Amino acid sequence: MAQVTLHTPISEEDVRKLEIGDVVYITGTIYTSRDMGHLRIKQALDEGESLPVDFKGGVIFHAGPVVKKHDDRWELVVIGPTTSIRMEPYADMIASLGVRVIIGKGGMAERSSQAFQKYGMVYLQAAPGCAVKLAGGVEQVESVHWIELGIPEALWVLKVKEFGPLVVAMDSKGRSIYRDLKEQAEAKIAAMFPEDQ
Amino acid sequence: MREIHVSEIKEMVRKLFLDANFYIGEDILAALKEARDNEPSEIGRSVLDMIIENHKVAREEQLAICQDTGMAVLFVELGQEVHIVGGDFREAINRGVEEAYKDGYLRKSVVDDPVFDRKNTRTNTPAIIYTDIVPGDKIRFLVTPKGFGSENMSALAMMKPADGPEGIKRFVVETIRKAGPNPCPPTIVGVGIGGTADKAFVLAKKATLRKVGEHNPDERYARLEKEILEEVNNLGIGPAGLGGRTTALAVNIEYFPTHIAGMPVAVNVCCHAARHAEAIL
Repeated sequence: MAQVTLHTPISEEDVRKLEIGDVVYITGTIYTSRDMGHLRIKQALDEGESLPVDFKGGVIFHAGPVVKKHDDRWELVVIGPTTSIRMEPYADMIASLGVRVIIGKGGMAERSSQAFQKYGMVYLQAAPGCAVKLAGGVEQVESVHWIELGIPEALWVLKVKEFGPLVVAMDSKGRSIYRDLKEQAEAKIAAMFPEDQ
Repeated sequence: MREIHVSEIKEMVRKLFLDANFYIGEDILAALKEARDNEPSEIGRSVLDMIIENHKVAREEQLAICQDTGMAVLFVELGQEVHIVGGDFREAINRGVEEAYKDGYLRKSVVDDPVFDRKNTRTNTPAIIYTDIVPGDKIRFLVTPKGFGSENMSALAMMKPADGPEGIKRFVVETIRKAGPNPCPPTIVGVGIGGTADKAFVLAKKATLRKVGEHNPDERYARLEKEILEEVNNLGIGPAGLGGRTTALAVNIEYFPTHIAGMPVAVNVCCHAARHAEAIL
């Protein structure tokens, strides 16, 4: 189990070195995006509208932060991951933007796993319900876009330093901790309730 | 008749939602520590360590344990000798929630219509209020900010009486298996059995709020709780769903009389934060 700090923008080479179980910290910039944000990106791409940020080599964090406003400046209060599987329908879209790292909770599915293999991407899990600890890695809120979606759903641009710890849960070789555990759990159920088969 | 002014209700609700979001229950913390000591998986132990550390910092700095500060749910027991004065009961509760979420820098996670516009109400209201009228002259509030990572993993099965305890076990265990990492294990699993479909769900949610370590007073149901917990923890989903022994901290069953033709079984999952607070006015 290796421990590494990735600096944004992140290269394909850096990502392909990672294996499931490795512990990662991120320094640089991360973008938050969840349900409405992903839909908004899709709408922008469909209408040929330019996106407010360049996602190439970037990190998307499935999160809706809690923020405080001071005059014209935003301060992050706490932050943590939301359930990523809701964003699975956008797997190909996110890959096409050049995103290298997705941070979330609970993993993505097969479409994403294939994209991770094809383009050189990884999925990192942040410890859920540890919003105060995770916030410690955020130095400042650089900017926000699409605030009309509501504070949790907006695209927050966060400057981070040693943000983590994050566990590589799906790597660029098609492996997934979630898929392995799911198969194990299904086998356990088959053993516990044999008359189901 | 005892008069209670709505401003007292508003203030109590405000305080309870702040407490619930910052201070984890002692019983949950104890259960997490015990789980950590018994967790064979290395990654499981480090997740539990981080969760325990987070509770400490949240308490010290009065910051929300989790960014999903949830939808406000209240179970209120209103004494029938109480006369509420000075305004509207429900409005007082909603204003109390609004103030807590404003003062405590808690996330506003409620949208107006669930299907079309989904516009944030910016107040984290309306709250969901269940009120029981009981004997006496007090008002008892049990509040829980319910996060949706876990709430989304809820399930209902309108089972046949013939399905029996084995059928119930299979349904609950399969529900937790399907949920996997999404409800932020280790979870508190609330199971409501009986009544009607809606009653079963209310029972299930109340069951998640029971003190960890307390069992159903009926020995047969207590045994079922223990067996289901054992089977859930056999699944190997573990803390944060990254693998391990501690998938659930507790399985709590609440039951109610039901119809001769049915056995409604509701599962309401609560995450490891299991935030709730209670007080009596």
